[in-house]
Amino acid sequence: MMDRYKLWQIIGIYLGIFAFLSFMLLPFVEMFVTSLRPLEHLRTTPYRFWSDKMSFDAYSTMWESVPLLGRYIVNSVFIASAVTAFTMVLVIPASYAYARLQFPFKTASLAGILAVNMFTGAVLLIPLYKVLKTLGLLNTYWAMIVPGIAFLIPTGIWLLKSYLEKIPVELEEAAFVDGASRIYILRRVVIPLAVPGIIVVGTATFIGAYAQQFLFAITFNQTRELQPLPAGLQEFVGRQVVTWNEMMAASLTGVVPVILIFFFLQKYLVAGLTAGAVKE
Amino acid sequence: MTDVLSQPGATVRPKSAPRRLSDRAFAVLLILPAFAFIGVIIAWPLVETIRLSFTDARLGGENYVGFENYVDLWNSRRFHSYVWITFYWMFISVLAKMVLGLIGASLLNAAVPGRALFRMLVMPPWVIPIAIGCIGWLWLYNGTFGLLSGVGQRIGIFDGAFPFLAGKTSAFYSAVVTDVWIGTPMVTLFFLAAMQGVNRDLYEAAWVDGAGRWYRFRRITIPQIMPVIVSMSLLSAIWTFNSFDIIFILTQGGPRGATTTLIIDTYKTAIGNFKFGEGAARAVVIVVLLAIFSAIYMFLLGKINKIYGVK
Repeated sequence: MMDRYKLWQIIGIYLGIFAFLSFMLLPFVEMFVTSLRPLEHLRTTPYRFWSDKMSFDAYSTMWESVPLLGRYIVNSVFIASAVTAFTMVLVIPASYAYARLQFPFKTASLAGILAVNMFTGAVLLIPLYKVLKTLGLLNTYWAMIVPGIAFLIPTGIWLLKSYLEKIPVELEEAAFVDGASRIYILRRVVIPLAVPGIIVVGTATFIGAYAQQFLFAITFNQTRELQPLPAGLQEFVGRQVVTWNEMMAASLTGVVPVILIFFFLQKYLVAGLTAGAVKE
Repeated sequence: MTDVLSQPGATVRPKSAPRRLSDRAFAVLLILPAFAFIGVIIAWPLVETIRLSFTDARLGGENYVGFENYVDLWNSRRFHSYVWITFYWMFISVLAKMVLGLIGASLLNAAVPGRALFRMLVMPPWVIPIAIGCIGWLWLYNGTFGLLSGVGQRIGIFDGAFPFLAGKTSAFYSAVVTDVWIGTPMVTLFFLAAMQGVNRDLYEAAWVDGAGRWYRFRRITIPQIMPVIVSMSLLSAIWTFNSFDIIFILTQGGPRGATTTLIIDTYKTAIGNFKFGEGAARAVVIVVLLAIFSAIYMFLLGKINKIYGVK
């Protein structure tokens, strides 16, 4: 009853949603249309909205124009996966400690970790460059993986900690009374129960890791073969004639992995990310 | 598995003092790897940045120069304008994200068919890498061949090609629009979750008393989600302040410094011109400004939570 809308209200809501989504999706639609149009149609003045010769040609020619394109996409997925794996290995034990154990400086150290969210790589680039150089990691995959992990740990701990706190503690206590060791409890009791939470945090970490590659790649890596997609795409820009249709095709192809992961897991992801915003 | 069980820790023991002691040791063991990592990759570089800011470090070497870098920044009118640009950029962009997020979340919270799909379609700008979204916007803003300029000419707003990223004002607001586009999905998502968490009894009581939708939105929804609005605006502000990819790809800080925020200025000084000492001083200024800003915000958040009775 309370939720019943009048017709004009329904129309208004749909118009509003349409306008809102148009803004959110406009670049994607234009990128897709552009990728279908022949280059000479894109480079005409006055501007033309449509071409009669739409085709998927750019999706096959792009591999020849930028021979390393496939490599860039694989690099992006590889770097993001590696970052996610290492981050989770560090995040799972730490968030368990914050969710369950009492120890000195617990609140202070958690606040310290969360303060990391205030920085970006851009502020710390100079010494980071030195650290990576000292460790001999410049111009390797590690140059893009190692800083990536550090900046994703804090949010990961925060999210997983809130998830673990919701798991009933009784099972752990039962295992404890039965004489199981702490490591055993963590491995065999806590982690299996936390799998949904781990998936959510892992997905969020993967999306973050996929998104953050640009700065580290252009600063710490000069090896073209190792470049991730966001940096590799700049190759299209620096040319005599920018092949916009191929560049759009390549961009859209490159986001397929992360979009797929998002759409498969979005229900859990949304619930997991926003858990803190909802009052119990 | 048996080897795990046969470890000394596996024997039954009372849940008293010894357990708490071992709590501490176990906790240290668990958090140590993460802390060691952050220590090497973030904490040490932070300390090193502070040290470098008191030197004239370049590629060749470094000498201690005291506060010279800071004095230079204090006296540099250009740097003042970058500070001003950064705060203006942050303010405009966060305000737009909050307003759009609130409108978007309200629309998506309405009980109309198809809302599950609409909610999903809001998220792609957040999911894809910023650098790739920016390529799409770069093309949209293209003066000669871009859609926006084309539409503008067709409906008669622009007389001839309009290169959005070439003029000082238009470049600035173009970057703002792109930043808002990237930041709004997350804000919308959190506002929507908060709205769904508001107790329905409140709405029903107000509805029985004859309160209209707008009244219920103003007097129930907004106060109930206020803590989320405040914390999201803090997070948004920090992200926007630190935003690098968008400006770097769209304008590289130009034209004539119009979009040079502190982050871009720091990057250009340190990495572009190899003036490590001067760049480090800028980085320290950023950290100090952000710390002050966050402290004020946290103070406000505490007040607001008290007013609205959270915890």
